Amino acid sequence: MPSIIKDRAIAASEFTVADAEHASVDGSNAILPLAFYLEHRDQLMGRNDIGVWLEAGDEIEELAAFVNELPVVALNFPAFADGRAYSSANILKRTMQYQGEIRAIGDVRRDQLSQMIHCGFNAFELADGQDANKCLEALDSFSENYQSTVVTPEPLFRRR
Amino acid sequence: MYVYDKYDQQMVDERVAQYRDQTNRFLSGELSDEEFLHLRLRNGLYIQRLAPMLRIAVPYGMLSSKQLRKLAEITRDFDKGYAHFTTRQNIQLNWPKLEQVPDILAALASVEMHAIQTSGNCIRNTTSDQYAGVATDEIEDSRPWAELIRQWSTFHPEFNWLPRKFKIAVTGAREDRAAVQVHDIGVRIVEQDGEIGFQILAGGGLGRTPVIAPVIREFLPKQHLLTYLEAILRVYNRYGRRDNKYKARIKILVRAMTAEVFAEKVDAEWNTIKGGPETLTDAEIDRAKSFFTKPPYETLTETDSGYEQALNDDFGFKTWIGRNVKGHQQPGYAIVNLAIKETSVAPGDVTDEQIDTIADLADKYSFGEIRVTHEQNATLADVKKADLYDLWKELCAAELAAPNLGLLTDIICCPGGDYCSLANAKSIPVAEAIQRRFDDLDYLHDLGDLDINISGCMNACGHHHVGNIGILGVDKKGEEWYQVSIGGSGYSNAALAQILGPSFARSQVPDVVDKLVSLYVEQRQEGEQFVETFNRVGIAPFKERVYAAQ
Repeated sequence: MPSIIKDRAIAASEFTVADAEHASVDGSNAILPLAFYLEHRDQLMGRNDIGVWLEAGDEIEELAAFVNELPVVALNFPAFADGRAYSSANILKRTMQYQGEIRAIGDVRRDQLSQMIHCGFNAFELADGQDANKCLEALDSFSENYQSTVVTPEPLFRRR
Repeated sequence: MYVYDKYDQQMVDERVAQYRDQTNRFLSGELSDEEFLHLRLRNGLYIQRLAPMLRIAVPYGMLSSKQLRKLAEITRDFDKGYAHFTTRQNIQLNWPKLEQVPDILAALASVEMHAIQTSGNCIRNTTSDQYAGVATDEIEDSRPWAELIRQWSTFHPEFNWLPRKFKIAVTGAREDRAAVQVHDIGVRIVEQDGEIGFQILAGGGLGRTPVIAPVIREFLPKQHLLTYLEAILRVYNRYGRRDNKYKARIKILVRAMTAEVFAEKVDAEWNTIKGGPETLTDAEIDRAKSFFTKPPYETLTETDSGYEQALNDDFGFKTWIGRNVKGHQQPGYAIVNLAIKETSVAPGDVTDEQIDTIADLADKYSFGEIRVTHEQNATLADVKKADLYDLWKELCAAELAAPNLGLLTDIICCPGGDYCSLANAKSIPVAEAIQRRFDDLDYLHDLGDLDINISGCMNACGHHHVGNIGILGVDKKGEEWYQVSIGGSGYSNAALAQILGPSFARSQVPDVVDKLVSLYVEQRQEGEQFVETFNRVGIAPFKERVYAAQ
């Protein structure tokens, strides 16, 4: 199990991300690709040890009907400069009111983490070569933000 | 103008610290070129042909004299003693050292300035009308709204990694001086049944595929401004193309979806956040407006006898007044434009001494404020008519009194191949050659309003698509050539220029402009501007004139 940052601490991951090739309905504690999950939804329904991961271009709305059954939803960053998953996370957390873990996977780097937290991510599987302790520090690069976010639902103008 | 509170200041200071750390990590080899590229771009630092270039944000073009003096000091301490006014109302330094940029940012932060989001695929500096708050054709001052957008867009956690750069412009006047129709989002303040709100345009732009933006919402009540912008950005962030940078701007998405479908998508997204916490409160709107109140004007009559006398006696002064000085909301006051377009100097370039002079003049004559315009000029917005003659004499001494605002020689021009690593061709020498050819001021004044815009490449920083005459540098087998188009406009009658035909060598460009202009002079009817004649007679006679002799 890889170590991740979860809820502002370094932790052992309870789940392993499976790519399309290795996805199976038989394994446990797995995060499965969206297409595979949807295809095998009848078998997987109700399992609290199975999560789903989405590619940056996948529609997060596909999870709407059952999202709160899932213990974890992971969103992939194919490259750190691809910002689509920030919107997916926001919709997942704020529009769909998802209560479980939202995990960033893929090209997840230190200078992106504080933005991710504000969009609703609470867990991070870091890219290779990232220093987890330095990444923890970077979560708090900014002490304030102007916008209404997952962390600060009231925008600054309602608080200043 | 807007004044930082502890929150604004803290964010800018923390950004300096963060960027200093990123620079140190790059210099120590911890960050790769590619990763640092994205990080430095979000702070306005390009690596250019000869040196890095740092773009400094000037929100909606407003600067105080104190900020100007700090800029002059920075050009002396960290650069070569001059700066460049850009077509996005920003200021660029052409020779900073990469390792000194954190210190430059710290110096900027000391006067409530920064370089945040002046490049990179994020929401850029919000631009506006340089005459906001003083224009005679104003519905409402656009600056409080531009400031609200500035705050909302600064470090927006969801929209820092967009498919491509994103530019928003706001205007509150009837004449569009902010080019809102060629922005990713254009915000027009409008009045409906006595209520102030916004007309929203989306998907305009220049660059490789120039598009005039369609209106996607006719009337947006003011409290919904930020939630509606958020909905547009979310649709763009999710569905804008990321596979091809030339097709990644929102204009391509809007066109592919059609404006109607795009507007429906935005509405669907908006319905999930409309009325939520980002909905503007009256208190916040009032707070924003409180920074843009009228300065302490004197109660004056409409004109002044000394001013009238000088108009009579001094033809040079009269010429300058006719071109560079505009009417004002307040009796006895005027708007003064300083044309930063001396021949032989790159358009928009100012020396540190000129910057200091402008700061002094702003203090002496215009309540200590200046505005940078997207035509790369500077504006003193609140000058007493009684002071105009004295101000003009001081501007003459500082070589800032060129009476060519809006004339053919008031050329809008990107830095081009002299500085920019994206450019296909140089643009500054082309501007200079045209300025040299057209050195007869009487003739220029007879020609009247005539915009020449020059871009050194398809990225169109010189906005060549909306020039009455647009000139684009192109690369032909390693040689610099220039494609000429005509009939564009960047104002309320916005239109995209049409390409004349095969491109020209640099030495031919002044002749081509000469032929275009002489045809206009022959064909024009009483009172017609260049673009009006073009609209009436079409492109054919211009083509014939330019290519016939070849």
